[in-house]
Amino acid sequence: MRVNFTVNGRPQEADDVWEGESLLYVLRERLGLPGSKNACEQGECGSCTVRLDGVPVCSCLVAAGQVEGREVVTVEGLADQARQRARGDARGTSLDEAKALAAGGQESPAGEGTGAFPHAALSPVQQAFIDAGAVQCGFCTPGLLVAADEMLERNPSPTDADIREALSGNLCRCTGYEKIMDAVRLAAARQGEGV
Amino acid sequence: MDFLRPASWEEALAAKAEHPTAVPIAGGTDVMVEINFDHRRPEYLLDLNRIGDLYEWEAVEGSVRLGASVPYARIMEHLRTELPGLALASHTVASPQIRNRGGVGGNLGTASPAGDAHPALLAAGAEVEAESVRGTRLIPIDDFYTGVKRNALAPDELIRAVRVHKADGPQQYSKVGTRNAMVIAVCAFGLALHPETRTVRTGIGSAAPTPVRARTAEDFLSAALDEGGWWDNGKVITPSVVKQFADLCAAACNPIDDVRGTAGYRRHAVGVLARRTLTWTWDSYRGTAQQKGMVA
Ligand SMILES: Cc1cc2nc3c(=O)[nH]c(=O)nc-3n(C[C@H](O)[C@H](O)[C@H](O)COP(=O)(O)OP(=O)(O)OC[C@H]3O[C@@H](n4cnc5c(N)ncnc54)[C@H](O)[C@@H]3O)c2cc1C
Ligand code: FES
Ligand code: FES
Repeated sequence: MRVNFTVNGRPQEADDVWEGESLLYVLRERLGLPGSKNACEQGECGSCTVRLDGVPVCSCLVAAGQVEGREVVTVEGLADQARQRARGDARGTSLDEAKALAAGGQESPAGEGTGAFPHAALSPVQQAFIDAGAVQCGFCTPGLLVAADEMLERNPSPTDADIREALSGNLCRCTGYEKIMDAVRLAAARQGEGV
Repeated sequence: MDFLRPASWEEALAAKAEHPTAVPIAGGTDVMVEINFDHRRPEYLLDLNRIGDLYEWEAVEGSVRLGASVPYARIMEHLRTELPGLALASHTVASPQIRNRGGVGGNLGTASPAGDAHPALLAAGAEVEAESVRGTRLIPIDDFYTGVKRNALAPDELIRAVRVHKADGPQQYSKVGTRNAMVIAVCAFGLALHPETRTVRTGIGSAAPTPVRARTAEDFLSAALDEGGWWDNGKVITPSVVKQFADLCAAACNPIDDVRGTAGYRRHAVGVLARRTLTWTWDSYRGTAQQKGMVA
């Protein structure tokens, strides 16, 4: 079957999709977006986390046909989404900044990381993960980034308990989670300062 | 495999009537695991995501008519007051990602003895609203679970909603597992005080082939509360009554040994959960009763 949906703001069409296929498979194998990781295919690890109509879900448990006409944001779209948010926030406060961002410049709030993302800087959460040393093998990172980013959008000043709860569906075998906690606290603090 | 995408409830019922073997898929948190691991290759998948009615809830005659697909995350957020037991149980399910997709309709469809909604529904009192092209019937929750992962639905029926009785007193839900998130219950216990009818109801998960109530324990406690005049005087329930209640709850179990725990451990743990949840709910009842000036 054919599935039409929006991924990171762009309309996408996936062809020859098997009816039992997961959204994760479609993203990785048909649309060439390997950022979402496949580690368990049973909802346990969270490394495949994406946003479906804004809501964080395990893409391995969404049937491809269920996303017809809907909006998906993957880790590949986080930087763009952060820029859009910043544009929205900047409106009325700093028009120049908003204009600069709207012009599509590389000056994201994080301001770095263009090497890894030729078309976009890193989102603040991504930058914070790097700065805090929260990435080791990196396999869990995309899922954690999507989950953390969504929490910070909802809850700009999370407590440690809030962070643990929001990330409780994401497993990491490497870091022991402390650096991940540091990274999210850092992203929240920077967001608060408007850095 | 065929992927059926009804745009309305009527279309969904028609599709299920035409293809009774079609497997409905809501949040997919049970169905997709089975498909990913090749445990299931249904001929038809019947997608329920486009049916908006299933994501809504409304008040009906002392109950909340909860759409089958309302995700756990929304129950936790919006129905804490009306359905406190179910809201607590919802919060213990898996992880945020799973709670954003999965809901009570899927839990009932799977009818696993470990499903977290079941003890809460049994304790609160509920009816499952099952519908087919032939009509609607309300299945009392006590008659819904018919065996290990079996339920009372006919092949052409879908769950439209579950009508959960609004809480008229404190409710609790407690679950034993190895950690806080992503835990299938070793055993679980739901308790609801019903001051209006002066009764107590329970629900036990993961300790019998189906979710069950501890009816003997309920009858014992309801009688004891009556005899002691406790609903009116709001006194602390005597330890011997609490212990007897806990023992009767443990006796209501018919557990198995498996990787998550032994039968003996499960029976013991259910007794502990029964004692704790009774203490919590009764303390809370006494608190509100005192505020209302009902209790001397
Ligand atoms: C990692 C992980 C952890 C989990 N942890 C828990 C947990 O802690 N506690 C717990 O209780 N569960 C847990 N589950 C199981 C699952 O999330 C729940 O059973 C959930 O309620 C299923 O809801 P769903 O909408 O995703 O169901 P689906 O997977 O869409 O469907 C489940 C079943 O119900 C049927 N069905 C769905 N909707 C209807 C309807 N309207 N009418 C008739 N039949 C219907 C389907 O055909 C299928 O048989 C977990 C699952 C995963 C993957
Ligand atoms: S791959 Fe989806 S949760 Fe692990
Ligand atoms: S960094 Fe390796 S799994 Fe988290």
